[in-house]
Amino acid sequence: MSEPELTAVVGRATASPGAREDTGPSPSGAGSPGGQGPRSRAGGAAQVLRTAAGRNLGLVVALVVLCVVGGVTGGDRFADVANVLTILRLAAVIGVVSVGLTFVITGGGIDLSVGAIVALASIWCTTLATQTMANSSTWLVMVFAALAVGAGCGLVNGVLVAYGKVVPFIATLAMLAGARGLAEIISNRRTQIVNVPSFVAVLDADVLGVPVLVIIFAVVAVIGWVVLNRTTFGRRTVAVGGNPEAARLAGIRVQRHTMYLYVLLGLCCGVAALMLVARTTTGSSTHGTLYELDAIAAVVIGGTLLSGGRGTIVGTVIGVLIFTTLSNVFTLNNLSVSAQSVVKGLIIVAAVLLQQRLATRTRT
Amino acid sequence: MSDATPSTTEPPVPEPPYGPAGSAPLLQMRGIVKRFPGVVALGGVDLVVRAAEVHCLLGQNGAGKSTLIKVLSGSYQPDEGEITWEGRPVSFPTPIAAIRIGISTIYQELDLVPDLSVTENIFLGHELSTAGFTQRRRAATRARELLARMGHTAINVHRSVGSLSPASQQIVSMARALSHDTRLLVLDEPSAVLDAGEVDNLFSVVRQLVSQGVAVVYISHRLEEIRQIGDRITVLKDGTSVATDLPVSETPTRKLIRLMTGRSIEYVFPERRSEPAPGAEPVLEVTDLEVRGLFAPVSLSVRPGEVVGLAGLVGAGRSEVVETLYGARRATGGTVRVGGRTMPNGSVAARVEAGVGLCPEERKSQGLLLDQSVASNITLSTLRRFSRAGFLDHAGERAAARDLTTSLDVRPTGVDRAVRTLSGGNQQKVLLARWLLRDCRVLLLDEPTRGVDIGARTEIYTLVRRLADSGVAVVVVSSEVEEVLGLADRVLVMREGVVVHESPAAHLDEAQVLDLVMEGAPS
Repeated sequence: MSEPELTAVVGRATASPGAREDTGPSPSGAGSPGGQGPRSRAGGAAQVLRTAAGRNLGLVVALVVLCVVGGVTGGDRFADVANVLTILRLAAVIGVVSVGLTFVITGGGIDLSVGAIVALASIWCTTLATQTMANSSTWLVMVFAALAVGAGCGLVNGVLVAYGKVVPFIATLAMLAGARGLAEIISNRRTQIVNVPSFVAVLDADVLGVPVLVIIFAVVAVIGWVVLNRTTFGRRTVAVGGNPEAARLAGIRVQRHTMYLYVLLGLCCGVAALMLVARTTTGSSTHGTLYELDAIAAVVIGGTLLSGGRGTIVGTVIGVLIFTTLSNVFTLNNLSVSAQSVVKGLIIVAAVLLQQRLATRTRT
Repeated sequence: MSDATPSTTEPPVPEPPYGPAGSAPLLQMRGIVKRFPGVVALGGVDLVVRAAEVHCLLGQNGAGKSTLIKVLSGSYQPDEGEITWEGRPVSFPTPIAAIRIGISTIYQELDLVPDLSVTENIFLGHELSTAGFTQRRRAATRARELLARMGHTAINVHRSVGSLSPASQQIVSMARALSHDTRLLVLDEPSAVLDAGEVDNLFSVVRQLVSQGVAVVYISHRLEEIRQIGDRITVLKDGTSVATDLPVSETPTRKLIRLMTGRSIEYVFPERRSEPAPGAEPVLEVTDLEVRGLFAPVSLSVRPGEVVGLAGLVGAGRSEVVETLYGARRATGGTVRVGGRTMPNGSVAARVEAGVGLCPEERKSQGLLLDQSVASNITLSTLRRFSRAGFLDHAGERAAARDLTTSLDVRPTGVDRAVRTLSGGNQQKVLLARWLLRDCRVLLLDEPTRGVDIGARTEIYTLVRRLADSGVAVVVVSSEVEEVLGLADRVLVMREGVVVHESPAAHLDEAQVLDLVMEGAPS
């Protein structure tokens, strides 16, 4: 290898994705002593967008731009504490789902059934039987029911994908149809009102002015970040998604891990269902409709690779906030939901095109 | 290469031996160089192909055959070198350009659409049509003609390609190539998916095409096929053409194997310092391990500190044996015991827990997470050691990785760098570091020095020896005879899925191993 080539390789090295992701807050120079220093600075600003922090910065800028637009067009109605809390409350439910989905997508999978699982869990935890039991003992019965349903559906997905070798797209498509259908059967397509005062009192409360829903979202996001970036589980997720064969030959139980990822997402759907039930004080088979699209969109514009092997929780959270803020701004300006969808679509395309260009430039 | 009169337009003489030495070169490639980041895939290759000859391209995996035909087919652009077609300089900026001039390539993975019919596949991309409507009847007639040209009138042109046998699919691929007025047909290991009868059939098709003036570049590592079908041979090794234009009839098989596998440089092998204790209990015991259809029952035991070499040509079943005993393939029979414990069939994780490690043949696709850092690649099999209640100790990981990369001299330094940016030799060191960190008892190395430059080779040899001296049992698979002989204490020779010989390395020399490797092949 000749010297100029070597320089070229080294120059790209710092720009490479993924490599920085895991190192988290540590500055880029920390692990690369001596000789590499001067050259790695060469690329400079052009590389900023390719590092994890840089990509997140881009998203933050997009979010800020959106807020400025909201502030200008909506005035005080937008820049109001109550409105901000509304945005966050709306973002919380889909946010919890998106954090879970980030794991599945990073691990090389996809899940289309998240919305249906949310619906089924919301129904199951608000049936007459569950509510009667909750009233006679504790509201935690409802929590348990929702989590168990979510995890159970995730387990079915996971077993089908990991051991049944069913393509994730198809396995979860079947779950999408099945779970929502089951929710309709159980509820007889009727909305189930929550009559457990303690449940609503706890979950729909405010703590120091912050809604509990938002706190749950924050906690889930923080746990998600820690698990993805700081634990063996997270490292294995990245390995399984990035190169399943290499992961297998390194001794990782790839099938089992894949199954866990879907169970984890199922649990997140259960949590989201509880939040939705608390917010609307109903369980319904129409809850969570099209959540799969919103969640996938948020994960993808956040910077997680749809092909697996790279995931970012921070990106996902900002992605969720971007979409929620967008619909808030549209609503405040009395623009139609249809117009919202068009803009959403444009944002997704723009974000993915940008990502691909950055990815190809780092690899060639 | 005697004369170069441009006489390719005259009708070819269909007299055996095909491809008379007098015809002018159809294609000449000179000094072709192709570099990829961190590796020189082709370092100056020459190839001369005449009209109406079967020119064999011979070489081990990784010798540069695929890269060369990708240059020839317009998929890769060479960094240096010139290509002439009938004496005129040409370049192929795209695959279409190569097809236009008359070069068609049939890759190992056939590029057919299974649900389309034979006719539709043959004319895919250049459908016969008027005003956008396909001329189905004319296309079918033309397709029949093309198949007849190869003597395959039995294939129904309306059947979907997916329902045909692999051999017939190959014929369809060739018909598609011919539909482009092909004058040079490149066949990349066409016999790999065929059984013996089908191979004969393929050969008669090739002969028929050659008799019609088509030149064929035939890529294979099966020497007996080359004997049967080839006119001339070019041998590639380590990205250079080590011999060009050898006439098949005058070149003994042994010479070919030596050219393919022989040393181009003298490697220095480290001294065996300690003899493995002959009485020690074997740490790896393989009894009658078998995967039906891939290799016959193999028994093998390796003691701590011993290096066992598996020699043989590509396709002899060596990698399959190693992968099966590692649990990456399910065995159809036999047992594997590590340290006295029987391993569950098909479980890699159990082997790794028992202290077995594998550096696989395909480093990039099977071994590494290319976009991840050096540190996380090294600790991938040892994550538990760096975790407290599931939380990773990043500083500890990076410190351990730094120690290992320093002691193995991985360059450039820096454990946060993505593995993709390292050269082949350094990537291999990263993989070795993974198992060093694991303190494994049994290390399986499949082609440990493929795509590795000379300096790093010597370092890897030294490391393997050092590991053995420290009591690790090592199994080395290599196509390079001198590598097996230089590294191993004991050598098993495989041929066509069967272990044909086992003895201490000291009792063998290169010539004997070569004889064993190719025994049965006509010479």
